[in-house]
Amino acid sequence: MSEKKDIPEDMFLAPENRKHTVTGPDGEVIHVDPLNDYFCQDLPKVEAPYKGVLEKFLNWARAESLWVLAYGTGCGSIELPPLFSPRFDAYRFGVMMRPTPRQSGVLIISGYLAVKTLKRAIRSYEQMQNPKYVIALGSCTINGGMYFDSYNTINRLDHYLPVDVYIAGCMPRPEAILAGFNKLKERIKSGNAEGANHYAENLEWYKANQKKIIKDWNMPTYNW
Amino acid sequence: MSLFERILFVLAGLFIVLNWGLIMTGIIRKIIARVGMRRGIKVYQPYINLVKNFSIRSQLSHGVMFYLGPVFRLSGGVGIFLFMPMIYGSEYWTNFSFTGDLILISYFMFFGMLGMALGAGEGGHPYSAIGVSRGLAQFTAIELPLTLAILSIAIQYHTISLTEIVAAQQGGIRNWTLVTNPLATAAAMLSFLGAMGHSPFNVVMAPQENPIGPPTEYHGTFLGVLQTNRAILHVVEAVLYMNLFFGGATNWGTLILKTFLIYFWSVFVGMVFPRFRVDQSIPWLLKIPLAIGILAIIIFMI
Repeated sequence: MSEKKDIPEDMFLAPENRKHTVTGPDGEVIHVDPLNDYFCQDLPKVEAPYKGVLEKFLNWARAESLWVLAYGTGCGSIELPPLFSPRFDAYRFGVMMRPTPRQSGVLIISGYLAVKTLKRAIRSYEQMQNPKYVIALGSCTINGGMYFDSYNTINRLDHYLPVDVYIAGCMPRPEAILAGFNKLKERIKSGNAEGANHYAENLEWYKANQKKIIKDWNMPTYNW
Repeated sequence: MSLFERILFVLAGLFIVLNWGLIMTGIIRKIIARVGMRRGIKVYQPYINLVKNFSIRSQLSHGVMFYLGPVFRLSGGVGIFLFMPMIYGSEYWTNFSFTGDLILISYFMFFGMLGMALGAGEGGHPYSAIGVSRGLAQFTAIELPLTLAILSIAIQYHTISLTEIVAAQQGGIRNWTLVTNPLATAAAMLSFLGAMGHSPFNVVMAPQENPIGPPTEYHGTFLGVLQTNRAILHVVEAVLYMNLFFGGATNWGTLILKTFLIYFWSVFVGMVFPRFRVDQSIPWLLKIPLAIGILAIIIFMI
């Protein structure tokens, strides 16, 4: 805490994430640098896809087994639960909800994205592993929609995360979301859905955009 | 038969068991979907999921134990298989079964859980720790009636060799443990509900809720190994119950039919009853199944 004034780049760090010293029970002094000690500071690398038939086969498997992160922002998240009801039954397309970003491959940004939520969406996206896809749901993610002049929502999602498929509407019905899943499948099978690699290549641009909006960054550059 | 040939047949058996496990998972999920009036997944969806998980490009590690967790879990499943006589009377499909295999197999059933606990613990996610503590507590309660049933059978047949237990049940349904020792069968089949991890005993994984339990941090190849293990484990545990209570199998067709029906018993119950909390499931297991298990022992004492 004492070094609060010395380090200006710590401005946006929460007190527990700033460099500080801890005194142990026997009087020993331990220097703690939370961002380096508790978090991984590595940046993502471009993972080159295989070539030829093998990559085609793997892409087919990835397309037929879309594991969606059970995470909702804005009003669109209420359109997602009906997908798994008997009426729409997204399971038959190989779509499944996963509760943890580690196991999921698809992130659905389901509506307007408040600045506060953008930070969580970025963390969740970065915790997912390399072949990962983003579906942007509703017009709010395209141009801000009815929140275009709001003080605390972002307007264009693809300035912050690499979007694979947009589903327009306010709000899109579950049928439209199913059509979006099929569009995403086509894109994966054609080998064009390399959003994760695109994000790793243009990380500086994405990070600059993100940090312009998020004032209380308070986390490592890339959240593994 | 030489050792080399034996190893070849063990690997072939493992291949058959893995594929049957994956197909069975698909069929069961299809049935669950039809009960819910949905069309459900494709029957071969578990294969696609497996390929997809092995094709994840970037992976994270949290340390050595994080790597070893799925390995221990898989060796638990494969360990049960290695010492399980699959087909009775066949020279080729008895694997490495020996006189005391029943004891070793019941040890392997817990071994995977403990390895997974260490691995999930190093993952560091709070939900992993919650899942593991729930899982170990519940599995201890599951093992009690099962162990009593196994002891009851050991007293009944004067052996702890699975091959001899199956041999004693040959010659029609009248000789099955199901008929000759119904109390032990009842205790074990009630504990089987818990061992398979379907509702009402699925609070450990609690799929599609926030805490997915022990594998919260596992992804990619790690998760693929865990899925492989689950496919093997479901079949070999059903084979264990088949050998103990339902007269074993003399060919692969019988084995597939019987394991499916035994596994379906836990699914059938799961589709009817909602999920227990862990503080409800443990007392339930420690009441009726345990009482039946103790009765199954006492009967041979009188």
